[in-house]
Amino acid sequence: MRNILSRRGLFFVGLLLFAYVTPATAETARVTIDNFAFTPAVLQVKAGTVVTFLNRDDIPHSVVSEGGAFRSRALDTDESFTFTFAKAGEFPYFCGLHPHMKAKIVVVP
Amino acid sequence: MADSDDRPDTGRRAVLECMAWAGGGLVWTMAGGIPASRLIGAAHAATETGFSFVQISDSHIGFSKPANPDARGTLKTAIGEIAQLPEKPRFLIHTGDISHLSKPKEFDDADQIIGMAKLDVHYVPGEHDVIDEGNGKAYLERYGKAAHGAGWYSFDQAGVHFIGLVNVVDLKSGGLGNLGAEQLAWLAADLKDRSASQPIVIFSHIPLWLVYEAWGWGTKDGAQALSLLSRFGSVTVLNGHIHQLMQKVEGHLTFHTTMSTAFPQPAPGTAPSPGPKLVPADKLRSFLGLSSLTVTHGKERLAIVDRTLAAG
Repeated sequence: MRNILSRRGLFFVGLLLFAYVTPATAETARVTIDNFAFTPAVLQVKAGTVVTFLNRDDIPHSVVSEGGAFRSRALDTDESFTFTFAKAGEFPYFCGLHPHMKAKIVVVP
Repeated sequence: MADSDDRPDTGRRAVLECMAWAGGGLVWTMAGGIPASRLIGAAHAATETGFSFVQISDSHIGFSKPANPDARGTLKTAIGEIAQLPEKPRFLIHTGDISHLSKPKEFDDADQIIGMAKLDVHYVPGEHDVIDEGNGKAYLERYGKAAHGAGWYSFDQAGVHFIGLVNVVDLKSGGLGNLGAEQLAWLAADLKDRSASQPIVIFSHIPLWLVYEAWGWGTKDGAQALSLLSRFGSVTVLNGHIHQLMQKVEGHLTFHTTMSTAFPQPAPGTAPSPGPKLVPADKLRSFLGLSSLTVTHGKERLAIVDRTLAAG
């Protein structure tokens, strides 16, 4: 009986965790940083998408929204920054260390 | 943004050739506007009526990627080279990117190694020095207590006016280095009452002149700073950031960038990005170095001797 209870408990904990970390509607997308460039330069996602920015360069970069919507700290090699784009709109951004690096996230409803 | 910005012009190509020679152990001296090269062994600083100082840059302490797994070691070599100079320099200028990630341990290590020179050091920050949580607070607490704003200042040495500027904070999208209105106003006030005959040495991390726009190698409002200097008879502009030698002379202005002590970067437009340039390990030190500058009173230009770490 105790065994069944704890199994059932584990099942519910698992269910809760599942619901917490992977909301059924959340989509994910990725932007990579290679050779001082964000790829893709323009990424279109649905509202609610979780976007991960991954730095694969030997040099640190950051991800800074032009409008102030988001700002990462400096990302060293293989470090990433994640942001959920909840609202539709255009989000141009650049690297705070190398501002000639520019790209854009387009969020559609 | 014009097409012509995408590739080096003829003048720049000529400078690149100079760079290749410098890598082979030649030095450049500027006197009377005519650059002349000679072997490092023949270099001598004849200065009964002047003084010399040394510029080091881009030590990137904390960097350990394949382009140089031991940035601490190469900085130690550079500091060791200073003791070999024919004339003892009065002080050092470090034109930024002291650290790689603005971490306290990186600054500590840099201070410990640079301290072995037993000379005063005048710093300006690079963009790698202002990426702590406080966006440059750590740098200012350590190096900029007596400075203005984000860390700019000036001082005098034997009649020469030295100005350290900061062009790595509050960078704007799509842009270059940035000085900002507050710093330009300070600079105008700093220069206002000075005699045009006083030699000026002005230094910052990112080049104040436009080296290569596509890689952000320039300062958006650098021309405004330079216009404030146009009435002076001797102006030397020293920068780092691009990890290679580059030099040009325009009237009374001499522009010079020095090598990194950590790793080289590609010449403008010769690689997909300005990221670290991988060279054979046994050649690395010929791409790294420092510059020794000598002021001779009565001469318009400073003598600039670039020295690679392979020279020793």
